[in-house]
Amino acid sequence: MFCIPYVKCLPFVALYGQLLLGLINGSFYALLSLGLAVIFGMLRVINFAHGALYMLGAFVSWWLSVALGIPYWGALIVAPLAVGLVAVVIEKTMLHQMYRLDPLYGLLLTFGITQVIEGTFRYFYGASGQPYPPPPALSGPLNLGFMILPIYRGWVVVISILACLGTWLLIERTRIGAYLRAATENPVLVQTFGINVPLMMTLTYAFGAALAGFAGVLAAPIYQVSPLMGTNLIIIVFAVVVAGGMGSILGAIVTGYILGLLEGLTKVFYPEASNIVIFVVMAIVLLLRPAGLFGRAA
Amino acid sequence: MSIAARQGEGRVGIRTGFNLLVIVASAIAALVAPFVIYPVFLMNVLCFALFASAFNLLIGFVGLLSFGHAAFFGAAAYVTAHAAKVWGLPTELAILVGALAAAALGLVVGFLAIRRQGIYFSMITLALAQMFYFICLEVPFTHGEDGIQGVPRGTLLGLINLDNNLALYFVVLAIVAAGHFAIWRIVRSPFGNILKAIRDNEPRAISLGYNADSYKLRAFVLSAGLAGLAGGTNAIVFQLATLTGVQWQSSGEVILMTLLGGIGTLTGPPIGAAITVGLQTYLAALDFPVTVLIGLIFVVCVLLFRRGVAGEILAYMRKRG
Repeated sequence: MFCIPYVKCLPFVALYGQLLLGLINGSFYALLSLGLAVIFGMLRVINFAHGALYMLGAFVSWWLSVALGIPYWGALIVAPLAVGLVAVVIEKTMLHQMYRLDPLYGLLLTFGITQVIEGTFRYFYGASGQPYPPPPALSGPLNLGFMILPIYRGWVVVISILACLGTWLLIERTRIGAYLRAATENPVLVQTFGINVPLMMTLTYAFGAALAGFAGVLAAPIYQVSPLMGTNLIIIVFAVVVAGGMGSILGAIVTGYILGLLEGLTKVFYPEASNIVIFVVMAIVLLLRPAGLFGRAA
Repeated sequence: MSIAARQGEGRVGIRTGFNLLVIVASAIAALVAPFVIYPVFLMNVLCFALFASAFNLLIGFVGLLSFGHAAFFGAAAYVTAHAAKVWGLPTELAILVGALAAAALGLVVGFLAIRRQGIYFSMITLALAQMFYFICLEVPFTHGEDGIQGVPRGTLLGLINLDNNLALYFVVLAIVAAGHFAIWRIVRSPFGNILKAIRDNEPRAISLGYNADSYKLRAFVLSAGLAGLAGGTNAIVFQLATLTGVQWQSSGEVILMTLLGGIGTLTGPPIGAAITVGLQTYLAALDFPVTVLIGLIFVVCVLLFRRGVAGEILAYMRKRG
């Protein structure tokens, strides 16, 4: 038994179960807030459509499986590419016009795009979810001794951490990442050095969107594939981003995991508050450290 | 370009001429309309006109984009409905209590949100409004998915029976007109001038000795209270308060109304509200998904039509001289 004095005692198994769930939610928070931070750093746009793109990733993998018989492993590669392609179209046709305007217009535009995507999917698929089974190789449980771990859930945690670290390495340790960081600081100067900044902006948006699509594929076997899965999530991710501050890539990742775990713990000890705990944390951070946990004061 | 383009300003003659035209035309229309069009539809338009104008007070005149204004509209609806149904308060008092509750909620949300600027302000208001939505989902007095139903319309000052749609219409018209008058007074007051100064150049306003945060917070509370006035009145009209009022989609709708009508103009938000509510009512009868259309209008407005209806008319009049 695991006890918090005067609050509650629980068997360890229940605690581990919720912590694992928290870690999984945290993985999605981390992947999505990472994408938001990368896009915001370069484009100065808060991508409200991030949740819709995540939903799109889940739906693409479901289509691939139902219509073409392409299994999970194929979807893991194809769906992020497809979502990235959608993002290129969005950026090339609409979003690039927002860069010279107040950043709030970018938020409003992507909000409108979200409504269109989500409304269309709701029209065709209703509010109910489509089932998407995990691949056979990752099905079934794994006995860790202290708890039973569904293999797929363990896989999601591992692969998301790898994806987050990969992104971090790409931005902090490669030449492309160096261009990106430089263009974030001073796009005009980088352009004069002969680097195609508009192309970089398109690719950055596509990359962030592909990360969201990737998260969508990972989520498909855990949650049901439903038109509403994205937007409810993105509002929580906004709170994560405000609490973490968008200045640092690593900060976005770490805040995502911490808040996911905290949410899992709340589900154990005070389930009534589990829906709002992340917002409460955001409010407390705003009171104590307005720039965010990892943010620099503006 | 700032989001709150200074559309309301410009030559006083043009502005006053346009405003006067709209006021006279809408006054005549408002008096004739209930005999021609279904009064409940008109009351809905009026409530959203006030909601959009209250929202515009923040975005148009302080430059703050609140993405969580549905919380104030919806909170007031719940409180008014509860006060009228459970506490048995008279209608006018129930609406007043609702508006005050919204203003109090605005004080809390505003206090947290003004700690950050620009895009963060929008994200914080959205997140706090979503938190409020989850609270409304959990607490017993809102009755979860059912909402508070069968709210009595009551009487006005114990004299006029408000179950009569026409009688209620003129009461709603008076409330909404009073709300708009208050907004007009605020915007034209010295207080309003300082708000506009903060919108246009916050560091300069601070350097002149104005406490920008304090002004922003007061504007936020006023805006929340007026949004609450609209929400409480709406709950009386439909005798209903539900989760729809507090969800994020409603926050999006009021942004659309204001954007479509013209951010920063006094006449734009009611125009945008009339168009949006009209479209929603018309489309509800068809099979076409309303969300998709709202999204499309959003995209078109942001890409091509940022001045909105009233802004375009003002710009046209300005060009003509």
